[in-house]
Amino acid sequence: MHKTVAVIGNPNVGKTTLFNALTGLSNSTGNYPGVTVDRKVGAMRVNGATIDLVDLPGTYSLAARSPDEMIVVDVLLGQQAGEQPIDAILAVVDATNLERNLYLVSQLREFNKPLVIALNMCDLADKREIKIDTETLSKELGAEVVRICARSRAGIDELRGAIAEVAESASTNGIHGPSYPEELTREVAALETELGARRDKIGRAVPKQEAFRLLLDRDGYIEKRLARGYPEVTQLVEAYRNRVAHNGSLAAIEAKSRYTWIRKIVAAGVRKPATRTRTTSDKIDGVLTHKLGGTVVFILIMAVVFQAIFSWAGPLMDLIDASIGSFGDWIGGRLPEGMLQSLVVDGIIGGVGGVLVFLPQIVILMLFISLLEDCGYMARAAFLMDKLLSRCGLSGQSFIPMLSSFACAIPGIMATRTIGNRRDRITTILVAPLMSCSARLPVYTLLISTFIPAKTVLGFLNLQGIVLFAMYSAGILVAIPVAWILKKTLLKGDTPPFLLELPTYKVPQWGVVLRKVYGQGKEFVVRAGTIIFAVAVVVWALAYFPHADSITQKFDAERAQIEQSGVQGDELAAALQDVDNAESSAHLRNSYFGRIGIAIEPAVGPLGWDWRIGMAAIASFPAREVIIATLGTIFSLGGDVDEESESLKETLHTVQRADGGRLFNIPVALSIMVFFALCCQCAATLAVIKRETNSYAWPAFTFAYMTTIAYIASMLVYQITIRLGWGNIA
Amino acid sequence: MRTLDQLKPGDSAVVGLLKGDGAVHQRLLEMGVIEGAGVEVVRMAPLGDPMEIIVQGYHLSLRKAEAALVSLA
Ligand SMILES: Nc1nc2c(ncn2[C@@H]2O[C@H](COP(=O)(O)OP(=O)(O)OP(=O)(O)O)[C@@H](O)[C@H]2O)c(=O)[nH]1
Repeated sequence: MHKTVAVIGNPNVGKTTLFNALTGLSNSTGNYPGVTVDRKVGAMRVNGATIDLVDLPGTYSLAARSPDEMIVVDVLLGQQAGEQPIDAILAVVDATNLERNLYLVSQLREFNKPLVIALNMCDLADKREIKIDTETLSKELGAEVVRICARSRAGIDELRGAIAEVAESASTNGIHGPSYPEELTREVAALETELGARRDKIGRAVPKQEAFRLLLDRDGYIEKRLARGYPEVTQLVEAYRNRVAHNGSLAAIEAKSRYTWIRKIVAAGVRKPATRTRTTSDKIDGVLTHKLGGTVVFILIMAVVFQAIFSWAGPLMDLIDASIGSFGDWIGGRLPEGMLQSLVVDGIIGGVGGVLVFLPQIVILMLFISLLEDCGYMARAAFLMDKLLSRCGLSGQSFIPMLSSFACAIPGIMATRTIGNRRDRITTILVAPLMSCSARLPVYTLLISTFIPAKTVLGFLNLQGIVLFAMYSAGILVAIPVAWILKKTLLKGDTPPFLLELPTYKVPQWGVVLRKVYGQGKEFVVRAGTIIFAVAVVVWALAYFPHADSITQKFDAERAQIEQSGVQGDELAAALQDVDNAESSAHLRNSYFGRIGIAIEPAVGPLGWDWRIGMAAIASFPAREVIIATLGTIFSLGGDVDEESESLKETLHTVQRADGGRLFNIPVALSIMVFFALCCQCAATLAVIKRETNSYAWPAFTFAYMTTIAYIASMLVYQITIRLGWGNIA
Repeated sequence: MRTLDQLKPGDSAVVGLLKGDGAVHQRLLEMGVIEGAGVEVVRMAPLGDPMEIIVQGYHLSLRKAEAALVSLA
């Protein structure tokens, strides 16, 4: 049986760097049931033995306020489902900032597990002339302390040895921890006894450490979790709290005890220069968070990031599209015509392409985010933008995910991992798809260039430009109240503290950055990709079947007639192409999608749509850009048309409704655009929401609320503009 | 009574009692904003909020509404 060691530390202490250094390439990520944090494990080889390392999310304290934070406590207590009980704890601390880092260590001390402390960033501490006496520290803390520099890997072998030794020994070195006021110690013991006596009602034993946190954390997650099965717990524990601190702050008692302990240890083991010198990091911050300079640099960085995902990814995506397309053609040429060919080319290869095409944007954005995070700029970006987002109940950390979503919601949603608060993170994920992404642009381009006159208004504004701007604004205008309402209802809670450490700037390490990017890309392909692929195949089937033989036969007959009629060369090819296009249109009309379109016609009538637009909208639920090819097919132009296609534009001007009126006019075009602006027609986005929230409920909710808003908004737009007489503008 | 949010960039002070008893209160304490600790205000964000302080030797950003919970000794 391998020993298991939990790795834990404050955010930004270099835990990821150290974890990679200890485990090499042998680590993997998975998830814990019901929460949004990843489960990261790796194997460490030392002296021929293997030790399993579990990387816990970075945290400042064990006072859990959400299920995500509770994971750490549950793993330490050995009560996390699917996780081995741990044999020892490896605490990673930042040597340049011992005071705050030791707060968590003081909590870990109380778990009665063997403890090793990795004193990281010793290079920086040396530079700042912070002298740490590891021996004294070790004695005071009752734990092995090893000086390391995770970045240069100095001290790593020694650390490995120490971990192995401690995990084997199972020695906890007695209790070295803060001392608490007597009434607290007494009441915790009494509470533990009482919870033990009520074990049957609670349904399980409550360990001492959990009872301790239950008492101290009013409204904490432990209390909420126990109250689910045993509602009386709140009243019960409140009596204990009142005996410890009548109306006073329990948190203050805890913090005071811990910091007293910390001050004593630091006084004994650490010597620092008396005056704080201005570090390079401080000087950089003088520019990067400066009122004017900082804002300019921020806008420049955001412009580059946005430009990169919006346009630099384009050629790569086209390349992937084209390669997949020619591969499909090549395979298609080798298969006999019929269902199998269609399934392989349009279903399977098309589905794989639908996954891979997102990779350039994901890789580019993740590259920027990992870089900005690794060097410490991410926290500054949040600092600069916080006020703007705090108006709708979010924090500055939501800015980059939101901005990125204008290029594509998928990397944007993946970027929410940098948001510390769970409710903020989920709110951001839920509104990110409202930002107009680049896949909506072809739809806007087609409809605007076809129906909106290129008039100049107010002297200098182009009407087409105004409509495009309005579509982009629509998403933001809806996102603000939605975020605000979500934070007041479904994701209600106290305003989360916006206490954000601004870490020292560091030169980014390419190794770590590239590994993160690779990991995220791979995860997208494996986890979200399978769902996207499955959806693509289902959609193919809905558009293909039943594929009635009678239709095929009818068009075969037409083809035979043309071939016999004596036309030659280009003319023949063109005539045959027309028949093929008409056949595709007839099949689509008869397909399940076509039937759904006809069935929902009454529902989309108020939007000014007929069954063909309804069907095209339904067919583009998995991926909105599909609408153009679908319109091309249904209007017998073939599926290869794009938003620049003149024949498609012409057709849109002339197609008629069943009653003979024109199908498309300005109100219809506007209502389609608004629908596309607000609807979540993207299976990949939903798959990524499922992946990031680790739940099916959130993607279902996103889909439902966005579809509802989109429907209502486009109905309003149509009904209002048609009454304004815009339907008659040519 | 003076509170942390009233300080200007460059000002230093010593933390007194913390008001309230919620998540913000607890988080402030955990992050080292505790009675007797020295704080120095470094700057305000360009939009006027949040503020950046040095406490326990590191840089911390917090909103003015949160700083208002921190009274000064
Ligand atoms: N100078 C120096 N920098 C280090 C050392 N270890 C890590 N770093 C840097 O510190 C920064 C943060 O490192 P990470 O490994 O991402 O830290 P983390 O604790 O995993 O951070 P989170 O992912 O935010 O929890 C990176 O820029 C690292 O390059 C070290 O020993 N010395």
